[in-house]
Amino acid sequence: MLDDFLMRALIAGLMVALAAGPLGCFVVWRRMAYFGDATAHAAILGVALALGFALNLYVGIILVALAMAMTVAALAGRGWAMDTTLGVLAHSALACGLVAVSYLPGVRVDLTSYLFGDILAVTRADLAVIALGAGAVLALLAWRWRALLTATLSEDLAHAAGINPARERLVLTVALAIVVAVSLKIVGALLIAAMLIIPAAAARNVARTPEAMAVGAIALGALSVWGGLQLSLLQDTPSGPSIVVVAAGLFLATTLGRVALQKRSTR
Amino acid sequence: MPRLPRGKRMSLIATEHLAVRLGGREVLHHIDLSVAPGEIVTIVGPNGSGKSTLLRALLGVVAPSKGRVTRQPGLRIGYVPQKLHIDPTMPLPVARFLSLPDRQSNARIGEVLARVGVPDVAGQDMTTLSGGQFQRVLLARALLSHPDILILDEATAGLDQPGTAAFYRLIEDVRRELGCAVLSVSHDLHVVMSASDRVICLNGHICCSGAPHVVRAAPEYRALFGYGTGGALALYQHEHDHEHEDHAHAG
Repeated sequence: MLDDFLMRALIAGLMVALAAGPLGCFVVWRRMAYFGDATAHAAILGVALALGFALNLYVGIILVALAMAMTVAALAGRGWAMDTTLGVLAHSALACGLVAVSYLPGVRVDLTSYLFGDILAVTRADLAVIALGAGAVLALLAWRWRALLTATLSEDLAHAAGINPARERLVLTVALAIVVAVSLKIVGALLIAAMLIIPAAAARNVARTPEAMAVGAIALGALSVWGGLQLSLLQDTPSGPSIVVVAAGLFLATTLGRVALQKRSTR
Repeated sequence: MPRLPRGKRMSLIATEHLAVRLGGREVLHHIDLSVAPGEIVTIVGPNGSGKSTLLRALLGVVAPSKGRVTRQPGLRIGYVPQKLHIDPTMPLPVARFLSLPDRQSNARIGEVLARVGVPDVAGQDMTTLSGGQFQRVLLARALLSHPDILILDEATAGLDQPGTAAFYRLIEDVRRELGCAVLSVSHDLHVVMSASDRVICLNGHICCSGAPHVVRAAPEYRALFGYGTGGALALYQHEHDHEHEDHAHAG
């Protein structure tokens, strides 16, 4: 079954949805959307470094994404204006990455596949790495779930309960770097943040507890992957953007449904 | 400087020559403070006097620049923050909130919610609570850990006068039942002071401390808060509290 490239694409996409769902909830709750963007854009720089130094692609991306995430976290801790800082870092990382890639001699780099993903080109080896990464992120989030939720609510409450919020931030930073690395091939650097935020935001419309929202984000993310692949096949559209288009459609549908329900209950 | 004699019992939490710098400014200096088991200690002080910073140093959120904070080993702290902003993107029923970070049984949640006077809110989302309900839920959460000490940071800031009085009566009852110490920061001087064993008047350093009637008469306290009588102060506070009526806590 893994011989079929479509089946490999579907499995890879579902595994990314599995990790991106719960992590995306934290990105939404902690207002880290831009943070996710900056980390994802840095992945292009990681690609350039990996190709330039003949490193494993995933290792290069994880290293650079982690460095970016740590830098942002450190600057935030020093009270820099986050909006501006993230804007500067996100776009600088992307631009530097693109410039660095253009310097690579003798390597014909298909940039679009890194910017927008190339889910149909997922190999068995990619599948193994994605499974490992997504599994690690899920395990990490499940293990720290209560501490992460408490630290997200209030750092003071966390301290009073003996939880160190800095450690929980580090957990999220590492998880984000891993998710960026394993989703690059699926949706591409430009749209990784969308896979984190849109399913989680859509799940907010139907969930009544944090856990339900995380599960809902996984389900809606998985549905987006499946729908996006169908769309891509039928209409010959690029697969990464197609997945995000379906996710956006689900967000719209759940939002309209929620508004309609609220109207009816207030009438 | 009026001061109560130190008890022989070991203190729950104490500071020695504590100083805290925030953004290059020394917000607190030379703070020597200790809270004994079962004691009600209230910290009063004008805005910017470092009250909240002191609590945050005691909780371990901010590190001291000088001196140290000692906590009794295994000390259980029940913390009631001044306010808690819950991002509207997080769906959070009251019962789920109370189970953070430690899972609580439904029976225990029902019990503690009844104890703080909001028995029917377990299934409600946190953002739909009124200001008074919200503070009571925060108190309930603090009580769930069987605290040795309750730490309250302007816990009644959003409540009206009767709401504030009721909240502090509740704190006193709870203290009597659990025997926990209470360390609170407040600007509602007249309400808080009558219930306190000891009042600490803070303005960057400890200006004076002692029993409420002693502190009220101390020149350092008068210098900070003027010469108004308790009654006049109550009236003044009341006027001000109308600005933050007890309304929904939606963020």
